[in-house]
Amino acid sequence: MPKVKVKRKKPSLDMTPMVDLAFLLVTFFMLTTKFAPDDAVIVDTPSSVSEIKIPDANVITITVDKEDRVFFGVDGQQVKEKLLDKMAAKYKVGFSEEQRKTFSLLSNFGVPISSLPSYLSLEGNERKKAFQPGIPVDSMRNELHDWVQQTRFTNPRVIIAIKGDSEVSYPTIQKVINTLQEQNINRFNLITDMEARPTSL
Amino acid sequence: MAEIQEKADSGKGGKKRAKKMSVHLDMTPMVDLAFLLLTFFMLTTTFSKPQTMEINMPVKPDSEEDQSPLKASNAFTIILGDDDKVYYYYGLVEDKPELNTTDYSANGIRKVLISPRIKSNDKMVVLIKPMDVSRYKNVVDILDEMKITDTKKYALVDINDADKELVASKTGG
Repeated sequence: MPKVKVKRKKPSLDMTPMVDLAFLLVTFFMLTTKFAPDDAVIVDTPSSVSEIKIPDANVITITVDKEDRVFFGVDGQQVKEKLLDKMAAKYKVGFSEEQRKTFSLLSNFGVPISSLPSYLSLEGNERKKAFQPGIPVDSMRNELHDWVQQTRFTNPRVIIAIKGDSEVSYPTIQKVINTLQEQNINRFNLITDMEARPTSL
Repeated sequence: MAEIQEKADSGKGGKKRAKKMSVHLDMTPMVDLAFLLLTFFMLTTTFSKPQTMEINMPVKPDSEEDQSPLKASNAFTIILGDDDKVYYYYGLVEDKPELNTTDYSANGIRKVLISPRIKSNDKMVVLIKPMDVSRYKNVVDILDEMKITDTKKYALVDINDADKELVASKTGG
C-alpha cells in the first residue's frame, strides 16, 4: 500500500475584503489630509469654549512663544514674495532670488529683518535649528508693525490671528495688540484650543 | 506570488480535460503597503482646525471730548493678577471701592458675573484690566467667561496706577 501523502498546501486566506477596506481608508485619509505646517515654534494655546473656526486663507498668524518671542507668518506664496519685496525696499535689505523662494515657502519666522537674508541662506535642517530671537516689537524699532502693514497693503483681505502660549506674560501680548491698534486694527482673533462649554451656569 | 493550484492528478491517462484552475494571488505585500500608507496618513493628518475667539478692541477715540464718562453704578472692573488671582470691584476707582478676590473656577468670577447686580443692569460695562504679572491664559480665560456668562458689554483696557495701588493695598505689597 502506498503511503498516503498529506498534501502540503499553504494556508491561504482570502484577503480581498481586508484590502478593500484598507485602500478605502487610505483613499479617505489621502484626500482629507492637510499637512500640519512646519512651524518655527510649538506653542501651547489656552483653551476656550469658542467654536469659531479659523479660515483657511488670508490669515496673518502672529505667534508668541513662552519666551516672549514674536513670530510672524502669513499664507500664500505670492503674497509672501510681494511682501518681502516691499519690506526689502523699505529696510533697504537685498534678497537674492533663492532667498525669496525660500521665504515664500516659510510658514513663519522670528528674526529681525537685518538678519533675515543670512537666515534664509541656511540649509533646511540648519535653519530649523537656528536660534530665532523674535521680531522686534519695541516702540523704538517695531518691525512687526511694518510686516503687518505691508501685508495689509499686499493683501487687503487678511485677517489677523494671535496665537499665544498660555504662559506668555501679558505685557508681550499687549505690545502686539498695541501694534495692531496703532494701525486701527481693532478686530482680531485669538487662536485657542477647544474646551467643552459648561452646561449649567 | 501568484500560484495556480492544480487539482491532484488522478493518475489516469487519457482524456485531456481543460483543467479547472482557481487563481490565488498572494496579496500580503500589497496589504503591507496599504497599511503602511494608512498608518502614515492617519498619523500625519490634522483633523481639527484651531478654534479662535474674536475680540473687538474699543476704538481709540480721536479726542477727549468723544469719550463719554462711565457712571459709577454702571462700572464693574476685573483686575487680573498674578498666580491666577482675580480681583474685582464695583464702581470707579476714585471712590475707593471694596476690592474682592476670587479665581477663574466655575464658582469664582463666573458666579459674580451672573449675579443680579450685573445681569439686571443693561448698561453695566465690564472693564478687564490685566496686570503686567498676569499671563496670556488669564486674559483668554476671562474673555471666555464673558462668553459663557453672555456678558455683552466688556472691554480690555490698560491698567492704571490707581488700580495698581488698590491691588497693592489689598495684598499688602
